[in-house]
Amino acid sequence: MTAVEDAPLSAAGNPIGFGRMHRKEDVRFLRGQGNYVDDVNLPGMLHSAILRSPYAHARIVSIDTSAALALPGVHAVITGETLAGLGLAWMPTLSYDTQAVLATDKVRFQGQEVAFVVADNRYIARDALELIDVEYDPLPAVVDAKKALDPDAPIIRDDKEGKTDNVVYEKWEAGDEAATDAAFAAADVVVTEDILYPRVHPAPMETCGSVAHMDPVTGKLKLWTTTQAPHAHRTVYALVAGLPEQNIQVISPDIGGGFGNKVPIYPGYVCSIVGSIVTGRPVKWMEDRSENLMSTGFARDYHMNVSIASTKEGKILAVKVDVLADHGAFNGVAQPTKYPAGFFHIFTGSYDYPAAYCAVKAVYTNKAPGGVAYACSFRITEAVYAIERIVDCLAAELAMDPAELRLKNLLRPEQFPYTTPTGWEYDSGDYEKTMRVAMGIAGYDDLRKEQAEKRAKGEYMGIGISFFTEGVGAGPRKHMDILGLGMADGCDLRVHPTGKAQVRLSVQSQGQGHETTFAQIVAHELGIPPEDIEVIHGDTDNTPFGLGTYGSRSTPVSGAAAALVARKVRDKARLIAAAALECAPDDLEWELGRWYVKGDPERGRTIQEIAMDAHSALELPEGVEGHLDAQVVYNPPNLTYPYGCYICVVDVDPGTGQVKVRRFIAVDDCGPRINPMIVEGQVHGGLADGVGMALMEVIAFDEDGNNLGGSFMDYLLPTSMECPDWELGETVTPSPHHPIGAKGVGESATVGSPAAVVNAVIDAISPFGVRHADMPLTPANVWRAIQGRNVRTDLAVE
Amino acid sequence: MQTPAPVDYAKATSVADALAKLQEHGEEARVIAGGHSLLPMMKLRLARPDALIDLNDIPELTGIRIEGTEIVVGAMTRHREILESAILAEHYPIFREAERLIADPIVRNRGTIGGSMCQADPSADLSAVGSALKGSAVVVGPGGTRTVPLREFHQGPYETVVGPGEILTEVRYPIRPGAGSAYEKVERRAGDWGVATSGVYVVVSGGVVTDCGIGLAAVGAEHYCSPEGEAALVGKEPTEENLAAAAAATAESCSPNADQRGPADYKKHLANELTLRALRRAARASQGA
Ligand SMILES: Cc1cc2nc3c(=O)[nH]c(=O)nc-3n(C[C@H](O)[C@H](O)[C@H](O)COP(=O)(O)OP(=O)(O)OC[C@H]3O[C@@H](n4cnc5c(N)ncnc54)[C@H](O)[C@@H]3O)c2cc1C
Repeated sequence: MTAVEDAPLSAAGNPIGFGRMHRKEDVRFLRGQGNYVDDVNLPGMLHSAILRSPYAHARIVSIDTSAALALPGVHAVITGETLAGLGLAWMPTLSYDTQAVLATDKVRFQGQEVAFVVADNRYIARDALELIDVEYDPLPAVVDAKKALDPDAPIIRDDKEGKTDNVVYEKWEAGDEAATDAAFAAADVVVTEDILYPRVHPAPMETCGSVAHMDPVTGKLKLWTTTQAPHAHRTVYALVAGLPEQNIQVISPDIGGGFGNKVPIYPGYVCSIVGSIVTGRPVKWMEDRSENLMSTGFARDYHMNVSIASTKEGKILAVKVDVLADHGAFNGVAQPTKYPAGFFHIFTGSYDYPAAYCAVKAVYTNKAPGGVAYACSFRITEAVYAIERIVDCLAAELAMDPAELRLKNLLRPEQFPYTTPTGWEYDSGDYEKTMRVAMGIAGYDDLRKEQAEKRAKGEYMGIGISFFTEGVGAGPRKHMDILGLGMADGCDLRVHPTGKAQVRLSVQSQGQGHETTFAQIVAHELGIPPEDIEVIHGDTDNTPFGLGTYGSRSTPVSGAAAALVARKVRDKARLIAAAALECAPDDLEWELGRWYVKGDPERGRTIQEIAMDAHSALELPEGVEGHLDAQVVYNPPNLTYPYGCYICVVDVDPGTGQVKVRRFIAVDDCGPRINPMIVEGQVHGGLADGVGMALMEVIAFDEDGNNLGGSFMDYLLPTSMECPDWELGETVTPSPHHPIGAKGVGESATVGSPAAVVNAVIDAISPFGVRHADMPLTPANVWRAIQGRNVRTDLAVE
Repeated sequence: MQTPAPVDYAKATSVADALAKLQEHGEEARVIAGGHSLLPMMKLRLARPDALIDLNDIPELTGIRIEGTEIVVGAMTRHREILESAILAEHYPIFREAERLIADPIVRNRGTIGGSMCQADPSADLSAVGSALKGSAVVVGPGGTRTVPLREFHQGPYETVVGPGEILTEVRYPIRPGAGSAYEKVERRAGDWGVATSGVYVVVSGGVVTDCGIGLAAVGAEHYCSPEGEAALVGKEPTEENLAAAAAATAESCSPNADQRGPADYKKHLANELTLRALRRAARASQGA
């Protein structure tokens, strides 16, 4: 099925190029030999714990740390006041807001950082927290984004001079409002729905943490930290703390899942650095599960009012979305500067219609900061959910099959490159083909027949479809930066004399298999077996600059860089081979792993021989420096646009509201699959995420601002019991501008699957007159939907 | 990493030894069984006992056996042993049905019936099963041994009749020839505590229900049972109508609280729906179908 020709196998049995192979990194993971931040133990290292606010909103009257300091084994107790003395009580966020490192004036969400204890071990540090006496003066909390704008709402960010409301930003728009309104006015059918994408959390298996070692003699700071973007973090530390950048080494060793949760800089990282400066010793900070769920980057919290206009035949004419975005207490989202709502304006989806408009308003609430995370591709998750949900609502209104409605409106292959009504340039696609493949695997018509038979018997089965298009792989740098850092990635490749290679990446894997995929990319270009190529990443002193792994950008950006740097080496190898073979470079032709003389294929040099030549006494032509290495910086000309069609089949028990996901079909088009096994793994994980978000995951808050999802007893992640055997398929439409046509797939399934599951559940219970219900579709929420009751799933259950 | 407060630890080798050690360590000592409820609470510092007396090395506290007309389950018997017990499967399929839905294999491998009963979580499945079956608990302390009906064992959420210095040693269930039993549970996800659960046994003889027990968890049923529901069924034919009336009476006797698992009226609805489903299956089983 794959468009990639089968690569020849190496002596170790690995494809020299694209194809399935076991992940190189798995050997150490499976043997328990990974090296995560919590595995880093330095001589003399101290441990720490953070005191967190029990209140969502309260003024700090006083903090007494004397009893904690007196506890044997405690080395330092740092408060906001200590930090204020260093000018570090507040830090910039990745979106030009500020965030308290340790609270000085007020606490603004439950779980906010108040004090930092450094002690001999974690137990003593934790004991000491209980000895810190904080007097709070509780304030009313703003937990409902819709009430944040009430005139009498308490002002959360009174630290900002002159701030008299809870607005983060008033209005961010995309599309043409007038044209959209005109299309709506002329439409036969208009459907509108309030759709909430509730607050969820990426909950990586490894929580966040750091080990900071500020060498008191050299002044060099080494920071082992759970980061998806080591280089960007280094620069931010330099800017925030005023440390010289060459004296900061950020090391992100093995990372146990990120999903955007490890893009921001957290107070704990900063505190561990300050702790090391204060004590002169290395300091480890590692949060626990509840701290991770309650204080680090959540995802979504988008209240969307979505309208769609169409003809009575089901030709879509326009879509309009009004968003109220809940950013929590600090605007800590990480996304390209130009796009405060991320890439939400890709909400027009995979369909052909002329007019669209969105307006986004963002507010502060007394909840943890964040918003862009959980494999969302900079809020494309919210966008895809909005369009795919409203298309189903339109199908219900028109009494039309949702597959038929989609097929009628999908963009056609000849329309690419296609500029969307909100300004994206989709580079390529053959959408109908992908949808037909998915319907074929599902046996769509038979499923509909089965559904009709079941309904006649009083059984409620549902079929849900989602068709998504993502834009991933940010830059280009002239349009996309984070805190002024352009989103382009460097890559270095060095081929050693014996023909073994090291490739250095700026991006950092959190489980995506970079050590395998990037070796395969270089193998594909140079013919060096992947087992002979070491991928080096996650250490700013030893890798080139780049913006990191999120937004599915590693393969689209750094993957392109790896292919191009390998081609550069290949070009250089040609000059060296020509010298060795005593012919002109133009007389040489490339076959995988070897330059040979045109018309005389016996005469040639393998890449390994050329590597030795490059380092040998061979006389090289003028201008050829010797050695076999190269560097590139890749600045993507456009995003890549992976897409896919997902079909979910569920059975709903109307007596209990329980949902069983019976089947899930996922057909992805991510271009050529470098390692199909890794791609499938990424898709499997994302589909599980989608089932989780659709059916059980949510962080709700009660009216006092208590976090109701602060442990795995309360924040439910799906297990294998909730996941069917995933049925995967593929189509291959290479990106025309990417060197190997690859489009990125890390987030596709998380982005695309929630709508399929929700659409299936709503389809199942549509005989009860239900057209929409918000996630998560827990048994209680399904039952209430059947009862015709609307519920706010982001607030405490009443 | 979550870290408990400082705590002493001692391993008991017999029931007598456990009682002595409890005495020795005073009021704030607690026994530890599987630790699946106690340790998380200690790590969150919601519980901070001075000392833990470990019951895991006391062979006399484990095992499932028949004694006369009762099935006896030792307090340290693990969930997994209950799940896999042939004796329980033969007499009361309700155990296997409930156990399949309790937590996950990791918790079941270690968690015990004694710990579950003594934790007295309002959602504890085995408490519902025990109350449905009208079993009894054997409690041993410095003052000797006493037997307490399970319908009097729990004094409220997280409270039992087991006093400081005492331990639960056994749980006993009367054998009822011809009884059918069943357990129903709605959970948000595998391994989660129930949103609502109902477990029943029914004895149908001569075309009428001569005996039944209805146990419930997570729905605010006092002592995890519904004598009202039982009274509505005993002496009646097991028709759909009568079963439905009993289920409705059962739901009426519950007073659930709203929480993130669901609103109160939904849980009440589930008490009805799940009891009806369980009664149907148990009645059918009792009639040999
Ligand atoms: C993730 C998870 C999911 C769960 N889901 C469910 C579920 O769906 N349904 C359900 O019913 N349960 C569930 N449980 C609880 C599980 O059944 C526990 O194992 C049980 O509640 C406690 O058993 P334990 O042996 O681990 O007790 P421990 O944690 O060791 O002890 C619990 C309490 O009982 C006391 N105790 C223990 N044994 C005795 C004794 N012999 N005499 C006197 N006091 C004693 C202890 O001092 C302590 O106070 C879940 C637990 C977890 C961790």
